[in-house]
Order: sequence, then structure tokens, then C-alpha cells
Amino acid sequence: MKLLRISVAALFAALLAVPALAGAPKPVIKIESPGQCIAPAEEMRRNHMEMLKHQRDRTMRHGIRGEKASLNECINCHASKATGSVLGKDGFCQECHSYAAVKLDCWDCHQPKAGFKATGAKP
Amino acid sequence: MNEPQDKVQDSGRRGFIGAAAAAGAGLGVAALAPGLHLIEVAGATSATARAAGEPAPSTVRWGMLIDTAKCASGCDACVQACNTENGIVETVKDARQGSQWIRKIDLKDPKNGRTHSLPMMCQHCENPPCVDVCPTGASMKRADGIVLVDRHICIGCRYCMMACPYKARSFVHQPLDTQNPEVPRGIGCVESCTFCVQRVDKGMQPACVEACPEGAMLFGDLNDPNSGIAQRIAREATTQVRADLKLNVGVRYQGI
Repeated sequence: MKLLRISVAALFAALLAVPALAGAPKPVIKIESPGQCIAPAEEMRRNHMEMLKHQRDRTMRHGIRGEKASLNECINCHASKATGSVLGKDGFCQECHSYAAVKLDCWDCHQPKAGFKATGAKP
Repeated sequence: MNEPQDKVQDSGRRGFIGAAAAAGAGLGVAALAPGLHLIEVAGATSATARAAGEPAPSTVRWGMLIDTAKCASGCDACVQACNTENGIVETVKDARQGSQWIRKIDLKDPKNGRTHSLPMMCQHCENPPCVDVCPTGASMKRADGIVLVDRHICIGCRYCMMACPYKARSFVHQPLDTQNPEVPRGIGCVESCTFCVQRVDKGMQPACVEACPEGAMLFGDLNDPNSGIAQRIAREATTQVRADLKLNVGVRYQGI
């Protein structure tokens, strides 16, 4: 058993040591408004979903407004200047999520376009 | 000899008291002693936006009073304002499946021919049946009495639509792309009137109240005895629709 564990560990070490991924394609991340995000880029990449998840519950269920993390602020800063959206080709959200094959559920309900003005219609 | 020095000390003391009073006035609070306040305004009226980071206060209960004597048959300004504010655009073939947060109802008493017209929407019950039946906890009542659907955990079972005695909730059948950025809504979720929670949190009135050309709708804090709505309810006869269900609704009607 111990031997098996050691061999598995050795296999992982060997995989990590191989620089096979160096040439793999990377997502194109286009920063439309360069400047300071609410946290360093590394932290945002790892934890943006956690930040938004906790914020959404505080805002939705307790009515707390003006939180540091806000989906609307993400859009206002990161929406493409060409399409006005964080989705579509080169869309800030979609580019990475397509690369990582992580489904984006936010935009089923939230408006992905910055500064979108809603209109009504006769029922 | 000591006079100039005294003056300096005095002005310093006055300056301090003045600054403290100004700080108190800025907060809308006149402090009599630590923890004891003469006037406390923050969060009590709809004219005040809640400070960032503050949760909805449980001391407030938002409500609405609708005077049906002023509500004109054929006028749907409230419905239009609601649709514009909340980004509701009809995209379904079957109109019965369209979202309807507020609707106009014309009633006629067949015995004497008397007619009423009134807007009907989520009544924001104190004991909401939709919250009772929700299997996931998505249907919820906020601390200030506003009944909402947390779409993050709504599974679209529509049990709340069955439970609601006011037929106030709608289900979104189709993908949407015309939402107001401040009012997320989407496919597979149940939705209903939110009292324009995004406006109320900013100290504004709901869109329908602001749009009513007759001023038939009054919005305010039912718990605050000084608010316009509480004073009118204390003074005049008002009705809760289906009061027999003992839901203690937040929307009251006059003249029905």
C-alpha cells in the first residue's frame, strides 16, 4: 500500500515536471478599462465567484447595498467597448469561461450590457 | 491678564461643541446622551436612502394604500411604469403566459351596478403563503416586509403561484435579454412585484406610485405612526383583500 502511494506521488511529480502545457493556448483577456480592480488580479481570478456569491446573498436576502463586490460594477468596468457586453467574442467573462468550460449562469437573469436602458411594453 | 487666554479656551470649547452639534445634525440624530437620541430619522422614511452596508431595517414595514375612488377605469399608467422600470417586455405568443407584476382589474357589483377599478399586485403579506410553501427557501420576506423571490435558488416549481390567493406571481417561460441592470429576471424563475426594491433602497417611491396621474397610490412605512400611510390608515376605513385569510397584507385598499 505504501509502495502504491509512493508510486502515485512519483507519477504526479513526473507529470508536473513535464513542461508539456507551456505551449497550450491561453484565453485572450482584454482589459477595457485598465486600472485597479477591487483586489489583485490573482485573487480576482481565483475568488471572484466566492466574492459575488456572498455579496449576492447579503444584497438579495438582507438588503445590503453598496457592497465592494458587485456584478453591475464588474460589467460597467469590463464590458467590451465594441459590443457593450461581457459576453460574445472577446467578452471578458465568456472568454475565460469558455476556455475553462465553466457554465455562466449569471446572465440568464442579469443584464450583460453596460448602461443598458430597459423599456417596457404594453401587456 | 488672564482674559485673552480665557477667550482662546472659550472659543476652543465652543468650536468643539459646534462641531459636535454639526456632526449630530449631519447624521440626522441629536444625541442627548450616549445611546439616547432625541430624533432618529435614518431608514424610517422613504425619503432616506439606506447607507451602504446597512441591512434592511426590521423596524420598517413597507406598505401601500390604494384609493379606488381615484383610480380611473381604462388607465394603466401604473402597469406601464412597472413594465418600464422592471424591463418587462412581452415576448410570448400566449398572453396568459406573459409576466404581470401589476394588473388593472375592473369590478362591477351586479346588484347595484357600482363599478371599481383597481390595480392588483403582490400584497406583501406579513404571513405570506408563498414563503410557507416554497421548497427551497427562494420565496422570502425581507426584514422590512417586502416579499421577494431569490432567483439564485428558485427551481421554478411554481408551488408559490398555486399558493398565492392574489394571483400575483408570474413564471418566465422564455430567455430574456432586456432586463434592467438593477432588476435581474430570467427564464425558469417565478417573479412578482418587488415594491421596486431597487428604488426603495435608494429612498425613492415605487415606479407605479410615482406614475399614477391621480395620486391614488400612497407608499410608506406602516410601522411609523408619523408616516402619511399610517396616519391615513388610522383615520380612514381601509380594506385588506381577503382579510379572512389573516395574512395581514401590506397593500390596503379604500372604497372597495
